[in-house]
Amino acid sequence: MAEIRIEGLSRQFGEFAAVEGSTFVIEDGSFFVMLGPSGCGKTTTLRMIAGLEMPTGGRILLDGEDITYRRAAERDIAFVFQLFALYPHMNVRKNIGFPLKCQGTPRSEIRAKVEEAARLLRIEHLLNRRVSGLSGGDRQRVALGRAIVRRPKAFLMDEPLGALDAEFRRLMCGELRDLHDRIDATTVYVTHDQLEAMAMADRIAVMNQGRVEQVGTPQEIYDRPASMFVADFIGSPPMNFLAFNGAARPGDRHIALGTAVVEVPELKQESAGAALALGVRPEHVMLDDAAALRGTVFGTEYLGTTQIVTISTEYGPVKARIPATVNARSGETVGLKFRPAGLVLFDGITQRALATAAFDHGGWVG
Amino acid sequence: MANVSLASVTKCFGSVVAVDKLTLDIADGELLVLLGPTGAGKTTTLRLIGGLEQADEGSVIIDNHDATKTPPAARDVAFVFQQYSLYPHLTVYDNLAFPLRAPVRRRPEAEIERRVHEIAELLRISAKLQNRATRLSGGEMQRVAIGRALVRRPAIYLMDEPLSSLDAKLRSELRLELKRIQSELGATILYVTHDQIEAMTMASRIGIMSEGRLVQVGTPRAIYEKPCNSYVASRLGTPAINLVPTGLLPSPEAPSDTRTIGARTEHLRLRPANGAGRARVHRVEHLGDQSHVHIDINGHALVTLADPHAPLQAGDPISVELVNPLYFDGQGRRIDNGATGGTA
Repeated sequence: MAEIRIEGLSRQFGEFAAVEGSTFVIEDGSFFVMLGPSGCGKTTTLRMIAGLEMPTGGRILLDGEDITYRRAAERDIAFVFQLFALYPHMNVRKNIGFPLKCQGTPRSEIRAKVEEAARLLRIEHLLNRRVSGLSGGDRQRVALGRAIVRRPKAFLMDEPLGALDAEFRRLMCGELRDLHDRIDATTVYVTHDQLEAMAMADRIAVMNQGRVEQVGTPQEIYDRPASMFVADFIGSPPMNFLAFNGAARPGDRHIALGTAVVEVPELKQESAGAALALGVRPEHVMLDDAAALRGTVFGTEYLGTTQIVTISTEYGPVKARIPATVNARSGETVGLKFRPAGLVLFDGITQRALATAAFDHGGWVG
Repeated sequence: MANVSLASVTKCFGSVVAVDKLTLDIADGELLVLLGPTGAGKTTTLRLIGGLEQADEGSVIIDNHDATKTPPAARDVAFVFQQYSLYPHLTVYDNLAFPLRAPVRRRPEAEIERRVHEIAELLRISAKLQNRATRLSGGEMQRVAIGRALVRRPAIYLMDEPLSSLDAKLRSELRLELKRIQSELGATILYVTHDQIEAMTMASRIGIMSEGRLVQVGTPRAIYEKPCNSYVASRLGTPAINLVPTGLLPSPEAPSDTRTIGARTEHLRLRPANGAGRARVHRVEHLGDQSHVHIDINGHALVTLADPHAPLQAGDPISVELVNPLYFDGQGRRIDNGATGGTA
């Protein structure tokens, strides 16, 4: 049981602000992911929650209790580093039980707790095996066992799957999430991999240059990115931006790209200047010969069920994800249509999304 | 450019058979991708063509000449490796010009200049020609490494995971660029990767390798829609194809010798069910454009795609119906039942 509250948290390293005034709540029992490129402050934030780093401002509350300056050992939080680090000379049972032994837990209790952890991870049959003979997946499970055996209030994980190959990483993502669902402990997970974040998280905080850009469920962040940074960081391929000059006023339901009129969700906010960007996800782009917005096919990428078609337009390249059955040839001129509900308008100056009928800054509307 | 053939080539390292009687024709102007897991023999095959390894048996034919015993330098090939090995003390221009200044194929300086500018234009690094090679970003360095191969016009370009050290975004950009350049130059390329997306999106044809053998060669669409066996079927497609025993789901159309049914996303139809069925939603992963739905049927796990806004939740009963799936026999071979079995 643990709710973690981050209030105006900051960390300066000399002149450099690694984390600047972060505020968010990690709900009890949730799987919370901090996502961002290297240097965005996600690991520093995690280390402050763990007590491995002291903030220069703000507070951290664990279940309402201020733990900002409490020592790491007194926080009842388990920090999981790279999962592969095991003691090669010990068997599985001793590896898992090691943290309890260090705490001076009675032997019978260690035994019960190790077996409980092994049961949760479905590795009971491996308890007396040597670590060195295990497969990669089983070693990872043993490392997880060592983390969960203490049953702390929260788990903090810093890119635990970073060193694994793509296929195995997907598998472990699923297992980590399953484990989380079984033990229901609050988990804070740091990664730069958007797919990992989307696959596992209840909620994601997207960070950039020490600041939290947006906090929300994976689907909210994907469908309604609050900034161009978030829109570009999430999605593969990421959101397309069509940069244009124009006016955006509350009540508008259309924007003009040259002679092409594009329907958008009703605007609720005025842009700061004339510079605007229309954001559209590749799956909301459709090819339509009758459409006024024209472009030239630059290339196609076959993906089996779907294909990605890259189209050069006067507003920049646009990637469309369309069924693999549609014929699109390089060099061909095509018309582009967008699904209105999937469109986001960004202010070119602030780089933030403008509030619309589909989305205001408070979250979802309708 | 020219065609390259391997005729029943075998290469052993001690008792390990790295490449096993491999026969392959790479046509002029084709981008052939060898796809397979680590240890499948892809890189060894590439090195056999380049002359970095000597075949124990069989022959390597480059441009209609038997090159089996020809030393690497005398073979008309150019390499691009995963790690961009540039000369750090030289400028981008001099790095690109280097292969053309080599004693064996020395070119006049005017021609070198023309070639270097042409390739730099193609790779969009013209503005960086006077930069030191070390003052470039990772993506630019890899472009220069590719460019250094492209300035020459060899019979074949041999590329070994050239994009795998780059981040995802850069990789997807260069993927498209490389394919465009290849078709503009009409270049013959043998490209080795373990990344199925690279194989699907770039290849004229894909060769699927396993344990030193070439299991199937065909266009990406042919390999995806008509895999010769369940191993090949599981190499392509995200999420991976579901391989389930017959009887788990109703399949009245399955040929009688079917033992395993291969169901990709497009072969599965999901509907909400009333709770009497055996299938349950185990978990929904929201990946943005689509969701991965994990389904449990009698202890068998299935993964398929669904619309991100589909009202599915963990624990929901669900009905799962097969639509034209793939059928495999007891040896894992696909049974061709006449249906296209894909996104027809």
